[in-house]
Formats: sequence, C-alpha cells, structure tokens
Amino acid sequence: MSLLLLGLWVLIGGGLLAALAGRSARLANLVGAATAVAGSAIALIPVVGVLVRGTSLPEWSWVWSVPFGSFTVGLDPLSAWFAAAILGLAILAAVYGAGYLVHDADRKSLGPPWLFFNLLVAAMLLVVTARNGMLFLVAWEGMALASFFLVTFEDEQSSVREAGRIYLIASHLGAACLLLFFASFAAQAESLDFSRLAAAAAANRLSETHAGVLFLLALVGFGAKAGFMPLHVWLPEAHPAAPSHVSALMSGVMIKTGIYGLLRAWTLLGTPPAWWGWVLVAIGLSSGVLGVLFALAQHDLKRLLAYHSVENIGIIALGLGVGLLGLSAGSPTLAVLGFGGGLLHVLNHALFKGLLFLGAGAVLHGAGTLQQDQLGGLLKRMPATGAAFLVGAVAICGLPPLNGFVSEFLIYLSAFQAFREASLSATSGSVLALATIGGLALIGGLAAACFTKSLGIVFLGEPRTKAAAEAHAPPWLMTGPLLVLAAGCLIAALAVGPLLAGLAPVLAVLLHEPSGAVAESLAPALGPLNAVVSVGVIAIVLMAGLTLLRKRLLGPREVRDSGTWDCGYAAPTSRMQYTSTSFVQPLTDFFQPVLRCHKHVHEPRGLFPDAASARTHHEDLFLSGLFSRSYRGVSWVLSRLHWLQHGRLNLYVLYIALTLVALLAWEFGLGELLDQCAAWLAARQTMLF
Amino acid sequence: MDPTRLSSFLPAALALLLAPLLLGVINRTKAAFGGRCGPPILQPYYDLRKLLGKGAVYSRTTSWVFRAGPIVTLSATAAAVLLVPFGPCDAPLHFAGDLVLFAYLLGLARFFTVAAALDTGSAFEGMGASREVFFSALAEPALLLGLVAVAKAAVGKSGWFELTRLHQHVGGVLWLDAGLVLLFAAVALFLVLLAECSRIPVDDPNTHLELTMIHEVMVLDHSGPDFACILYGAAIKLWLLSALIVSVVVPRVSPPWLDLGISLASVLALSVVIGVVESSMARLRLTRVPQLLVGAAVLAVLALVLESHT
Repeated sequence: MSLLLLGLWVLIGGGLLAALAGRSARLANLVGAATAVAGSAIALIPVVGVLVRGTSLPEWSWVWSVPFGSFTVGLDPLSAWFAAAILGLAILAAVYGAGYLVHDADRKSLGPPWLFFNLLVAAMLLVVTARNGMLFLVAWEGMALASFFLVTFEDEQSSVREAGRIYLIASHLGAACLLLFFASFAAQAESLDFSRLAAAAAANRLSETHAGVLFLLALVGFGAKAGFMPLHVWLPEAHPAAPSHVSALMSGVMIKTGIYGLLRAWTLLGTPPAWWGWVLVAIGLSSGVLGVLFALAQHDLKRLLAYHSVENIGIIALGLGVGLLGLSAGSPTLAVLGFGGGLLHVLNHALFKGLLFLGAGAVLHGAGTLQQDQLGGLLKRMPATGAAFLVGAVAICGLPPLNGFVSEFLIYLSAFQAFREASLSATSGSVLALATIGGLALIGGLAAACFTKSLGIVFLGEPRTKAAAEAHAPPWLMTGPLLVLAAGCLIAALAVGPLLAGLAPVLAVLLHEPSGAVAESLAPALGPLNAVVSVGVIAIVLMAGLTLLRKRLLGPREVRDSGTWDCGYAAPTSRMQYTSTSFVQPLTDFFQPVLRCHKHVHEPRGLFPDAASARTHHEDLFLSGLFSRSYRGVSWVLSRLHWLQHGRLNLYVLYIALTLVALLAWEFGLGELLDQCAAWLAARQTMLF
Repeated sequence: MDPTRLSSFLPAALALLLAPLLLGVINRTKAAFGGRCGPPILQPYYDLRKLLGKGAVYSRTTSWVFRAGPIVTLSATAAAVLLVPFGPCDAPLHFAGDLVLFAYLLGLARFFTVAAALDTGSAFEGMGASREVFFSALAEPALLLGLVAVAKAAVGKSGWFELTRLHQHVGGVLWLDAGLVLLFAAVALFLVLLAECSRIPVDDPNTHLELTMIHEVMVLDHSGPDFACILYGAAIKLWLLSALIVSVVVPRVSPPWLDLGISLASVLALSVVIGVVESSMARLRLTRVPQLLVGAAVLAVLALVLESHT
C-alpha cells in the first residue's frame, strides 16, 4: 500500500514540478513524462502483486477533516484489475506524449498539460482505490477537471472550446447523479465508508424501491462517464479534441472508471433483481449497434474511434448485463462468464483502443490532418505505425487470433450458457441469448466494415493529397508505445490461462464468493479458450508456412511491377480511388433512418458542366434530437427568470442576505424558532403581570 | 495414434482435397443447363496447378498488406477446416462455441481480402470491397443464429454448443421433432452460402463486367500463386459451408462407410443445386441483396424462436 501511495505522490509532485518548470517547455516535457512513468510504474508494483496473489491489501486510512469523509484507500482484485489497465496505458501514453508534445514546445507552455496529465492518472488511480464516498467524489471530480483542461489544450480553436464545454456539462450532470446516489445511500447507512454502506445493504436496510432508485442514479452517473448511449454525446466531441496521448488515455481507461463505478456500486447494493440485468443488456445492445453505425459515418479518424469506444462500452455492458442476470438468478456459471467477458474486454479495449488513438495521433503528426478522405498510402510512409494500426484494427473487430476475439468469445459462451440455464425461464434465456448472439454478430460485421474502411482509406492505396504524400514517420518515442501495444494485443490473446487465473479473484469480489469456487465456475471456459488459442497459433503457423512457400515458388521466376489494373483506362489518378464516404455509402443508406446522413450534392449538369461536388455530414441522433431539444426547453424556462438578473449590485447583496437568513432559519429549524419566539413572548407576559 | 483420433482428420483431409471439385461440379451443371458440354470437372485443379507455376505481377501502389491478403485468407480458411465435422467423423478440434470461432475465422479471411483490395487503390476493387463488407455484415448474424438454432435443437439443454455435437445429433428423429426449425435454419444457411461464396443471385462469378461484381472484382490484381491461394481458399469456404448445410439436413446413418458415402454424395448434390439455382435465376439488383440477407437472418431468428417454444 505504501508503494501505491508513493506512486500517487510521485505523480502529483511530478506534475507540480512540471508546472513550475514552465519557462522551459522542453524541461517541463521531460519532467512531466518522467514522473508520470515513474509514478505509474511504482504504483503498478503492488497492483500486479494483488492480481498475481489474488488477495486484497488491507485498507489504509489517514486523518481527513472533511465532513463524512475519510481518506481510506484499499486495493482489492477488482480495484487492481482496473488500476493495472490505467497505469499500464498511462506509462505508454506518457512516453508517447513526450514525443508528441515536444513539437508544441515552441508554441505553448508544456507545464500545464503535464500537470493535468499526471493529476488525471493520479485521480483515476484514486477513483479505483477510494473506499469512502466523499474521497471517491473528490477524486471523480479531480478526474473530470484534469481531463477537461487536457481536452481544451488547443483552446485557441473554437471547436475545441465547444467540445470542452459539452464535456464539462456532461460530466457534471453525471457527477450530480453520483452526489445524489451517495447522499441517498449514506442517509440509510449513516456513513460514507464503503464498508458501512455495504453492511447497511446487507442488513436489508434498503427497501427494494430505494435500491432500484440507487441503481438508476448510479447507472446515469457512471453511464455518463462510460458513454452509454444516449449519454455518450460528449465522447465524440471531447476525445478528438484532446491531444492524442490524452485521447488514448481517456478512451482506453478513463471511460472504464464508469464501468468500475457501476461494478463497485453493485457490490455495495447486494443481490440485484433481474430487471437491472435487462436494463444493462438493452443499453449494451443499443450502445453497441448504434455506436458502430455512427462510427461508420464519420470522416474524422478520431471521431470514428470515439464512436467505437461507445460500441465497445456496449459490448462490455452486454457482458455485465448477462452477469447481473446470472447473479440475480443465482447461477454462478452465467455470472462468471458474463462478468468475465465484460472485464476481459475492459482490459483488451484498453490495449487496442489505446493503440488506435496513438496511431491516429501519429497520422495527425505525420500528415497534418485526420480527415480520412484526404489521406491514403500512409503505410509506406510510416510503416511501423501502419503495421501497429493494422493489428489494432483486426483486434477491435474481434477477429482471431487477437485479443478482441477472446473476450467476445466469453460473452458468446455466456449467451450459450443462458440457453442451458435451468434457473432462467426458457423465454428469458432464449431472449437473452438471441439478443446477445445476434447483437454481437451484427456489431462484429459492422466493425469489420468500419475498420477495413479506416485502414484501407488512411493507410493503403495512393495518397489523396499532397500532405498525405509528404507525410513523415513519427519519432521512436511515438512508435515504441505503438509497437508495445500491438504486441500486447497478441500476447493478451495467447496468455488466456494466466489472464483467467488473474480474473478469478476479481470475479470473486463481484460474486461475494471464495476465489476457488469462482475458478471452478470458470473452468468450463478454459478448455474452449485454450482451443481457440491453438487454432490461432495454427493459423499463424500456416501464414508463415505459406509465405515461405510463395517465396520458394516465386524465387526463380519473374516477378514484375506494374500499375494497378484499371480496365484499360490510361491515366488513373489517386482521386479515382474509393473514399471513406463512398466505401460505406451502401451501409449508411441502408441505416439512413437512424444515421441521418445529410448529403449535399452538386451534380454536373448541361453540356458544359461546372465543377461538381458532393459532401455528406452526419448528425448524432441523440445530440440533435434529444439533448438540443431538451436544452432549448431548459433555456426557455430559465429565460423566464431573467428579471432576477438585472445587474444592480445592491439588490444582489439583498439576495445574499435573504439567502443567509433563509439558511439560518433552516439550520435552526423554523418550528424551533417559532417556539422560541412564543416562549419569549410568554416570558414577557409573565414579567408584565 | 489411435484410429478414432486418426479418423477425425478425415474431414480436414477431404475438405482440403475435394474442395475444388465442387467448383467443377457447379460449372458442369451450369454448362449442362446452357446446352454446352463445359470444362472438365477437374478444371479447377488444372487452374490451380497452372497458377502455382506462374510468376507474379504486383502493382506499384500496393504494400505488404496486398501480398499478405491471399496468404492470411487461405490460412484462416484452412484453420476453419479443423472445426468442421463430416460424415461419421468428428472434427479434429471441437469445443464449446467452436461455431463462433468458425464464423470469425471466415471474418478474418474477409478482412484481409478487403484490405488487399483497398491496397490497390483501384476504384473497381474499392467498389467490390464496399459491397462485400456491407453484405457480410448482414450475413454474419444469419450464419451464427442459424447455426445456434440447429445446435439448440440438436443439443438441447444437456451439452455445450459445438459443431461436432450438432452434427452427431441431427437424426431422423430430430427432423420429426423439430423439422421446421431445421428447415428454416437450412434455408438461412443456404442463403448465407450463396452470399458468402459469391454465387448468383447475390454475385455473379462469371460476369465480364467489373462494375457488377463483388468478390471477383476485389481480386483483379492478384496473380500467380497469390491468385491460386484465393481460388483455393474460396473453394474451401464453399466446401465448409456446404458440409455444414449437409450436417443440418442429412441425418446420421449407422455403418460409418454408408454415412461417409451419403455425406459425400450430399455435398456434391448441393453443388448441383447451387448450379441449378445459378442457371435458373438472374442476379438480383444490388439494392435487393440486403433484403435477401435480412430475410435469411429473420428465418434464422424464427428458427430459434420456434425451437425455444417446442
């Protein structure tokens, strides 16, 4: 535990040092990155220890004079699982960030971004280790604010400021729900310590309705951070605006703190009723399918990746929903498979989404734009980045032999288990399995369409613009973390055994069962997963063998270079290639009712046509339909109160005084005050007579 | 090695050896319908030998992804061979959920075919790739749900869903019990086969106009051994999907050699059926294909719903 706290202090202290070194941007860059790496690495030691041993560290408390608060931190396997993803990705993102930000050294002070980067990592670490509601909320707010300042790094652009505003509003709406959640929970438990909250729920002090309300508050509060549809609207705005190493961290692990919060809340709330699980499954399906559909229509690579985070959060929610249903039906196998798939996907998504965002950053760095239709052929200009991006693309589509498949496979297994489960009714088992299998298959197919698009349009073919043709490869500080993450995607797929062994104690925390019993429920998945690994290895060996065979065959023969076959056309240009828009046009047309793609086409007309053009843009159904409309309503209501705000200082002072009087009256109890008045009057009267 | 273990490699050996034969049978059937005598039934083998003996031409636009495409495609398809049972023999590898791995291995093959097509920078190949990912995104749920419906009918609540178990438990009794389920699932799988193996009415493998193709246009730039990999991979895919449909439709019979004979004959007969479909139908308009595939998915869902209520 002391190492964890030391890591925390190194992160915070290093951030402050970097901020103080503000004069020299390069020094701030060095100090910030070095302390981020050092602090994360130090904190990672006890985290890995907990995962390997499978036992929790004792809680550690510190005097803290905040009302209801205590600075209590603990590290159990559930916290360690998320902390491992956070710290591991933070190290790589910091190394990458050092290479990425150095180009802004002449333009901007690098102290603040590193201060907020380190604070973000520290806050995330504190979020997953806090054992007191007040400390949790403070860390949560610190995380939101630190990431807000990182999102608005390029604050000279109005679009970035707008993105920051949306992010700030969304995260505080979520935080408001969490405040209510903890306040309402604490009213029953009379404390904000997690252990006391859990004890109150275990002693049946929560009514069923109260628990349901708490579940919904947690769902909205944490779901806003995780990016559940329709609370996802901040994600595609904020993630593209941030510097790429920050987007990787935000998309890879920060949104997972929402998932962590939900899981932690469930461990506190006791046995869930079935409808909680169904709500999660519904959210998972809608986030998954709509997330990938919205991603398809994007032109900006980082926006596309942000929508894919919504999709992957959907897959995670699907797994968690199945797990909750298993928990409520009292079936450990179903619960273990569902939760296990969801949790494994948390880790896997951190790997490949981190990789893809860092890759997008390298594209922006090398070619100066993220508009996919202006790129092309980057694989030849930045080979390492392109190869790593290819690995990430295959992994995120959930294709074997990489890690995305393993976690999705576990969720598929949980769906098959739902069919066999005696504790579920035949109808609910079938509905659950049908939704999960059909949903995952559709998501998988659409994700493949989306990533063949971004890989093919950005990295393959011919460059579409001069900027793309002159793109340069990033420095090794940036390619290094990319290659490490790409290797991680393969290793996480092959090391299924150790990963499941590490997962068992985590699941034990969720199921409130001993680790051994959980490992037993997990055992039926081990054989299939090992078989999946062996088929993957066979496929890789076959690839190597066929490559050698082709080399032998072609060795003595003539191998020629030529132009691409274009059916006899003599003067091809790179603009004749398919674009990202045209590639997905059949799909976006097919899903037009939910996608709302707007086309602006200027067709060539007449005998001497002028320049033609076509442009599409996609609006987020929820942003334009739901939120903009309800915000207009809110702003209408608030504008009715405009007469209160007139700019006269003396009246504002009066408001303050009135508020203070009202608060005083409330504090002493209005009734008590009246009683006292009556007593005083009575005393006067007796005095008079 | 004991004989049962050895015999489990028979499905894989048959798939690898006989897959190109199916293409020959389809072509002969189509020729017979067209009143021609057609190419020899072993023509696909001759083509493969010819292509393996040639040099290669690579476009200057392409990168290593283009060269990796055919190899990954063939490797993934060949790895999927290990999961599919045939006749009296179990698959060499069978485990809970192997049908998911099967579908996703085909997905991996498709991913790299599409990536290689986009690597050429040709508008035609981009067009084919775009259609391929669209149709396969719709075909994937149909394939998985169809297989799951049959697996549920065959295995019930007792065991895990494996292709081999599904294959073992399809019998005459099952057709009496859950005939409609099997029928719906088989039709769904057949529609998926037509789409995935680029047959009419979804795609026309023999058309001469690149604008109307899907799969063939994606591989225009491949040549020599690379093209042999692609042709062979496509043939194996056709064999695997045919073998699965035969697993669903044809009941197991008792002497193993008879079972093997019937299964072989059924796979060849299915190729004749594909040939008949190709000869008697025109290719659908591209805007109609999604409706066909959504129809297949709906059939698969219906099969699953029916199965849950019997």
